[in-house]
Amino acid sequence: MVGKNCVAIASDTRLGAQAMTVDMNFPKIFPMTDHTMIGLAGLATDVLTLRDQFKYKVKMYHLKEDRVMAPRTLAHVVSSTLYEKRFGPYFVEPIVAGLDPRTHEPFICCTDTIGCIDFAKDFVVVGNATENLYGMCEGLWEPNLEPEDLFETISQALLNAVDRNALAGWGAVVHVITPERVITRNLKARCD
Amino acid sequence: MSARIDQTATGFDFGLAKRNASLEASGVKAPNATKTGTTIVGLIFKDGLVLGADTRATAGSIVADKNCEKIHYIAPNMYCCGAGTAADTEYTTNMISSQMALHNMSTGRESRVVTAMTLLKQYLFRYQGHISAALVLGGYDVTGPHLYTIYPHGSTDKLPYVTMGSGSLAAMSVFESRWRPDMERQEAIDMVKDAIEAGIFNDLGSGSNVDVCVIEKGKVDYLRNYAKPNERVQKEQSYKFARGTTAVIKTSIRDLVTVTEDTAMDITA
Repeated sequence: MVGKNCVAIASDTRLGAQAMTVDMNFPKIFPMTDHTMIGLAGLATDVLTLRDQFKYKVKMYHLKEDRVMAPRTLAHVVSSTLYEKRFGPYFVEPIVAGLDPRTHEPFICCTDTIGCIDFAKDFVVVGNATENLYGMCEGLWEPNLEPEDLFETISQALLNAVDRNALAGWGAVVHVITPERVITRNLKARCD
Repeated sequence: MSARIDQTATGFDFGLAKRNASLEASGVKAPNATKTGTTIVGLIFKDGLVLGADTRATAGSIVADKNCEKIHYIAPNMYCCGAGTAADTEYTTNMISSQMALHNMSTGRESRVVTAMTLLKQYLFRYQGHISAALVLGGYDVTGPHLYTIYPHGSTDKLPYVTMGSGSLAAMSVFESRWRPDMERQEAIDMVKDAIEAGIFNDLGSGSNVDVCVIEKGKVDYLRNYAKPNERVQKEQSYKFARGTTAVIKTSIRDLVTVTEDTAMDITA
């Protein structure tokens, strides 16, 4: 979600094999640069593979170009990495959220499993509870939320969406990225 | 592993295809790819041609993007509307665009529309329709205005007015009843707008706004969101939560410092 000079990215923390819960604290959001994070929803093995691959690519870019990768650039890296596997895709839907390293302009986007980028000015959702999340976000989001208000809005949107999805939940984590700091909060959530 | 990523190996990687087939056989179902749904059109008028598109992207019955761009840049004198799997239209047009730029640099001539059309149809035919991109290609070159449709299997049509995508029937009904040769510029733009709006309102796969692109000799007007017939009304009240509504278990804060070029480190002493 985009706020006023800030972005927030949130996920639940459940890892499951169909109905069987395997892990209740499985991270799905990973920092890529100081101001950019990537969220990966989908098949856990691909989540881990792509996390490592994106980290590698972001670091190599930093070394080769001597500058920090902008979130918009990362979005295109993500997109082409996924489209390369057009006919045998990773089962992962990523979200990129961050602030431009120079201008601190907020940026969010998501892609589908084959790398079609959806640039949005308000919010993006991916994963298991998308229907619920679209409904929550469409109703709750408003422009120019301050970091603290953005945190409340994204948290409530996520918690209430996953509570109506049997396969998601078991805790949630929210990152709010501002030019000065990254605030990470673990939420109290239903565990059923 | 690292060597492979560094290489500029081109083309698709089928490495996960077998794994995915076995995963799907054991009941894991792959998430939906984003489709454009789409109404895209093009028509030729007196001095050039007009391309039009709606701006809805769908994933199943969910609207994935309410204002996406479906008119893609190919060359300075050429644009291409895309319908079908959104990633395919995006990457196919992008790739042809870069080939046209290279071709333009090596020949030193303005790109011709037939060149782009041939590159597109040969590429799509090679993949036997598996790359689901249905395109409307339009441009103005040394031989005048040209308008083509290109189907996912690689067949092409050259016509004075064309429509594509799930809203193509609705849009074609407008063209069939009103199109005539040598129309004026504004008349042509209005007709394209009406055709796209016919798709927006009568086809569920199309929606939101109208994008228009007018291509004339030596001149292109990309009119993004030319018409917005479906603007969201302002919310009457706010759903903002009081701060502290959400129960938090743990907070961790990472403070960032800003390093500016000239104050990075004092090494004068």
